[in-house]
Amino acid sequence: MAGRTRIMRAREWAYPVPPVRREVLSAQPEADEGRPPVLFVPGFGHGAWAFAQFWLGHTAARGFPAYAMSLRGHGASGSAPHTTLRAYVHDVVQVAAGLPRQAVLVGHGAGALVVAKALARYPARAGVLAAPVLGGFGSFAAALWRNPLGTIPAVFGGPLRLGRRQLFSRELPAETARQYTSRLGRAAPLAQWQLLAHRPAEAPVGAPPVLVVGSPDDRVVSVSTLQRTAARYGGAPLLFPGMGHDLMLDARWREPIDAILDWLEKAFAATERSPLIGYERLDDLLPPVRPADPGAWVA
Amino acid sequence: MSETISPPSLWRDGRPVYDRGGTVCVIGAGASGLAAIKNLKEHGFGVDCYERETGVGGAWNWRHDRSPVYASTHLISSKPLTQYPDFPMPDTWPDYPHHSQLLSYLERYADHFDLRSHIWFGTEVVRVEPVEGGRWDVTTRGARGGAERTQRYAAVVVANGHNWWPKTPAYEGQEQFRGEVVHASAYSDPAQLRGRKVLVVGAGNTGCDLAVEAAQQAAKCWHSTRRGYWYTPKYVMGRPADQVNDLTLALRLPLRLRQWLFHRVLRMTVGDLSRFGLPRPDHKVYETHPIVNSQLIYYLGHGRITPVPDVARFTRTGVELTDGSTIDPDLVLLATGYLPRFEFLAPEILNLDADGRPRLHMHTFSRTHPTIAVAGLLQPDSGLFTLVHWQTVAIARWLRLRESDPQRAAAFWNAVASSPDRRWTQAKVKDSTRHWFEVGHTVYLRALQKTLDELEVAA
Repeated sequence: MAGRTRIMRAREWAYPVPPVRREVLSAQPEADEGRPPVLFVPGFGHGAWAFAQFWLGHTAARGFPAYAMSLRGHGASGSAPHTTLRAYVHDVVQVAAGLPRQAVLVGHGAGALVVAKALARYPARAGVLAAPVLGGFGSFAAALWRNPLGTIPAVFGGPLRLGRRQLFSRELPAETARQYTSRLGRAAPLAQWQLLAHRPAEAPVGAPPVLVVGSPDDRVVSVSTLQRTAARYGGAPLLFPGMGHDLMLDARWREPIDAILDWLEKAFAATERSPLIGYERLDDLLPPVRPADPGAWVA
Repeated sequence: MSETISPPSLWRDGRPVYDRGGTVCVIGAGASGLAAIKNLKEHGFGVDCYERETGVGGAWNWRHDRSPVYASTHLISSKPLTQYPDFPMPDTWPDYPHHSQLLSYLERYADHFDLRSHIWFGTEVVRVEPVEGGRWDVTTRGARGGAERTQRYAAVVVANGHNWWPKTPAYEGQEQFRGEVVHASAYSDPAQLRGRKVLVVGAGNTGCDLAVEAAQQAAKCWHSTRRGYWYTPKYVMGRPADQVNDLTLALRLPLRLRQWLFHRVLRMTVGDLSRFGLPRPDHKVYETHPIVNSQLIYYLGHGRITPVPDVARFTRTGVELTDGSTIDPDLVLLATGYLPRFEFLAPEILNLDADGRPRLHMHTFSRTHPTIAVAGLLQPDSGLFTLVHWQTVAIARWLRLRESDPQRAAAFWNAVASSPDRRWTQAKVKDSTRHWFEVGHTVYLRALQKTLDELEVAA
């Protein structure tokens, strides 16, 4: 996805996003293999807990340092009733920049929109948009058609509610599904309205690879939306039939995360090399030029 | 991009030259050099960086010989106007972080983007010489001596900083003065001032900081300024002053209106400076580098600082001022600024004029050599990192475009080579060694935006 890089941000310089306490959960691999950290960003209503359930531990078990955050007003992050999408993007960039190494951003649902916007502000190693809700009037009409009772209150500033049958497949026991839905919170009204009309995400900085994953049986995001989104980033979506919108909590949660991690492994296999390798041979050829202080030399 | 080194097949003055292929050489691992490494890397270049010190951070690393920071140095621009645009400072930091936080920020930046593996620490650049084909022979040696070695690079980015070579004025009779005269670069700790009678010369941001420190620590403090200045408080209406200022820029208010508004705000907050014995400013705001200091006026009002005019000459026991009066300091601190220096380059490459000022397109691109550029040689009215980030992105895009689209590159190069010198400020800034590379951050960034759009490489 190409596009003009915007560098003037006078409004953001004049009005920085107010800070708020942020919940970040993490799971570390047993041995650090130098893999990039993976940061999971939940969608509206969800918190870091949604990833802590399965994906966080699984990602760490496969050797990637894994982090999950809650956007402001969600999970255990500080409350923020008058928040816009910009503040959510700020939260993601703050957490990503605070990680020890350049991170992979994984956004789910409306969190994928937040990640798409964060990719334009932070040079991630890679981006993953899982069941991305990118908003717009088309998806509003679809939401209204599929789930009128959950959608109409949001028009008037109420919470945007998703039904159990939208979020999960029938494979997930009803009791478990009820437990998950009872934990759902809500996004700020302004941010919900912004789903309807917002500036589309700018082109990512640093040209990271971007993957789109989803389910053809997702009753929130249609296959055509998945395909359109993936095409914007120059690819095709990875599809997991028989799953609901909440890929990370549904009965077959293992399939999408394994596919994402496989993709990451493949993407990084080509680029993992040390830039100073050439010098080791050079040092064999030349008398070493080393300063008096041995600690000063890094090669 | 070549990653391995072939045995030497090139020679220069009887010494071997190692060919680094398409690799780009970055000189200096301070804030500008780090941004250059990161952005060149992001654009797919191999990068070798040479740093004479043993750590990153350049001027912001207080351990470095050439670092100008002193114990109390804090930022004078607030976080959003200081940070790299793609690597924000933590929300938990204050509006104006301390210099030690700046250093940890730069160290985290280097680790986060894995830049240290590109840096040769403790290595000094001795010579940078152009060779045929737009390439460069870079000769280095250990910072504490050792043999020289020469490597050939596709391009060079100079990021050696401009706040390390003290500009020291010579006064009449200075050699017979029995007190101590030191440049601000040698000042690091308030203990140096305790109990002494201190004269601070210079009304830049450093001069004002030092006067305030002397007011707190010294037995007596005089502050000598050549003319009247505008002293902007750090906070206006409870918000960092530069953020309030950027609001007027965001609204694209005309310069005259902004000057009028700024004068009103200063009138209401700081008031009439002549009441404190300071000369009236002889210029409008925005016409000199902004001086941001809330405490100077406070200590003037408490009689801890005595404002005095310019120094005329030194005597054996004191200092004679231009108004004819005499004072008797035992320590004179010269906060008279720094000068940029490029010892490793022939003067014509950066088109240095008689005063040693490089004449570069947008203070970045050489007009005679397309593959050398300078990063961070800017004196902005905001923090530098945002500017230097986009400046180095422009350099990386330019080098990419030269490879991918020679036709468009040639068109860009023609424009650079024939571009006239211009000022990147809204107001007409006074000409001096301190102000010739002064840039207004919005004017400069808007120009950079244009350059970046021209250099965009089709994906």
